[in-house]
Amino acid sequence: MSNNKCFVSGDEAVALGARLARPNVISAYPITPQTIVVERLSEFVEDGSLEAEFMHVESEHSAMSAAMGVSSVGARAFTATSSQGLLHMSEGLHYASGARFPIVMMNANRALAVPWSIYGDQSDSMSQLNSGWIQVYVEDAQEALDMTIQAYKIAEDGNVLTPFMVNLDGFILTHTYELLNLPNQEEVDEFLPKYETENKMDLENPKSLCFSSTPLDNLEFKYQQHMAMINSKEVIEKVDKDYGDKFGRYYGGLIEEYKCDDASVLLVTVGSVTGTARVVVDNMRSEGIKVGLVKLRYMRPFPEEKIIELSKNVDKIGVIDKNISHGYEGTVFTHINSALSKMNNSPKAINFIGGMGGRDISKEDIKEIFKSLLTTNEDKEKTVQFIGMGCEIDE
Amino acid sequence: MSNEKINAKNITEDEYFYGHKACAGCGGSVAVRLALKVLGKRTFSVLPAGCMSAVGFIYPQMAFSTNAMIAPFPATGAMISGVAAGAKALGIKDFHAVGIAGDGGTADIGFQALSGAIDRGDNIIYICYDNEAYMNTGIQKSGLTPYGTKTTTSPAGENLPGSIRQKKNMFEIVAAHDIDYAATCSIGYPNDFLNKLKKAKKIKGTSYIHVYASCPTGWGSPTNTSIDLAKKAVDCGLWYLAEYENGEFKLNKNPKKFISVKDYLLNQGRFKHLKEEDINVIIKNRDKKWEKIRKNWL
Repeated sequence: MSNNKCFVSGDEAVALGARLARPNVISAYPITPQTIVVERLSEFVEDGSLEAEFMHVESEHSAMSAAMGVSSVGARAFTATSSQGLLHMSEGLHYASGARFPIVMMNANRALAVPWSIYGDQSDSMSQLNSGWIQVYVEDAQEALDMTIQAYKIAEDGNVLTPFMVNLDGFILTHTYELLNLPNQEEVDEFLPKYETENKMDLENPKSLCFSSTPLDNLEFKYQQHMAMINSKEVIEKVDKDYGDKFGRYYGGLIEEYKCDDASVLLVTVGSVTGTARVVVDNMRSEGIKVGLVKLRYMRPFPEEKIIELSKNVDKIGVIDKNISHGYEGTVFTHINSALSKMNNSPKAINFIGGMGGRDISKEDIKEIFKSLLTTNEDKEKTVQFIGMGCEIDE
Repeated sequence: MSNEKINAKNITEDEYFYGHKACAGCGGSVAVRLALKVLGKRTFSVLPAGCMSAVGFIYPQMAFSTNAMIAPFPATGAMISGVAAGAKALGIKDFHAVGIAGDGGTADIGFQALSGAIDRGDNIIYICYDNEAYMNTGIQKSGLTPYGTKTTTSPAGENLPGSIRQKKNMFEIVAAHDIDYAATCSIGYPNDFLNKLKKAKKIKGTSYIHVYASCPTGWGSPTNTSIDLAKKAVDCGLWYLAEYENGEFKLNKNPKKFISVKDYLLNQGRFKHLKEEDINVIIKNRDKKWEKIRKNWL
């Protein structure tokens, strides 16, 4: 492997990853904090370093619709969005997955209005889990670049053919500069050959796509889509290994376990907060406290089997959610609990809601979470707790 | 392609939209069938939710023998642009990318994506088949429903004559984008329609074809009068045949004398309720429009 070093933001890392993946067409609409991705890509097209069509679409709905048009003739499509933009293209998200178009999209995780906020949380993508897209959440710029390349490999796999969303926490990742390794083009080309598919309109072999169904056959189409998402689990693990073998970076596939062996409590994190939690785990471990961290990389497909396996020998599990289904609990927590419910003796799980609208989740916050998980106080303990609240709450 | 005009004698016998489930006398399906005969085999079609997609893509019975797909309702312009961009990027040569949408799918929900496509100058043809209401959902008012039309959401009663607004002026709105080519047509004048499509095929850039297409189900008219009504709409001056090219408007048909508006209107269930005063409003608006057309487009 030969790698060049570069110092770039998370957004730029995605743009570089996209360029290496050689999309045929980029259709995108600007929205903070995604904008730099499409600015860089338009520059790459202008300077000739990326041979692609750059479409200036007039909305996110059209960005996704154009990407579907691109994919419908067997070309490789890339787009990027965030927050309100993701919701604006929601119709297209379901459409693209149903049509089995392996589009890759970067989403800069950002709060949803109202109140308006350009800052990060994960309310946007978590609200779209049922849209049939694979969803990965990255921890840093390097992972953002690597996953943009892996995304096509996974999405375009014949047993998957499912669109892929690469999620980066807004600002915390999109606008933070990091030193990263840039794979060279020849090696990426070997890893990711041209997209070949039969799921396309073809002048030699005309087809109708995106057609209607009747009650007699709709369920069978949706079942196939469901199975494709389940198939993607194996493909994700294989691609992680193949990518690691070629480029030297392994991410653990669906999840990464961090010091989970012999841990009595586990914390589940999604996205950039994982980096902060690692430091806290290291510090607490150095004091001999047996805490572990589960970096949940994929929300779809959901790594239920892995969660169950890791939960067998722990007393308690904490789940951080940077989103909330109002009146209930965080979405990640709902998923973890669903997995735990399939065990015979499941540990208790506590949900910690925080980091909304760009609020920081500090090392101290995470240390407090671990402390509360380690304290047995079953009767008084609330299942859903808010961290870093700026005012007294009387529940 | 020869310079010979397309007509009933030399048009291809091949069918590209066949076996669909459109209503008897459907003008929209005539427009699609004729359009594809001109555009030919090497065509990618994108149609949004609406009558033509509802009747043409019922799995496993596909009515298009060319490549075709359904777009999300607002997305015809964007999706067909994506098709054209993808095909171009793959080096595919000698093809046509056509978006085919109804009046609601064009002038209302699909308006933004159409505007974006024209703005980019994408090499596509966009056909609006205009039957003046949302017919697929059961005859609701659209932005192209004319004054005095009774629809299921613009009922005619003691207080209202049906729709109280004029049709949105799509042809001139599209022209205001400085589009490469735009034309209005009617299935009642098929030769004009076919040859405007032939012209659109040669345009490098965006073409917009607005074709008036009758709908017996929504209009309350006998199925065997569809072509006749679409012709009468032009002959009575409530529709017109024109082109926009190289920044200039051109009127293709300038009737010396209009046939009776009243006769055109009152043969359709959707207008049967109209009172003399409503018809006079329609005639007044027609005359105002034609005064401008004759002043500026001749």
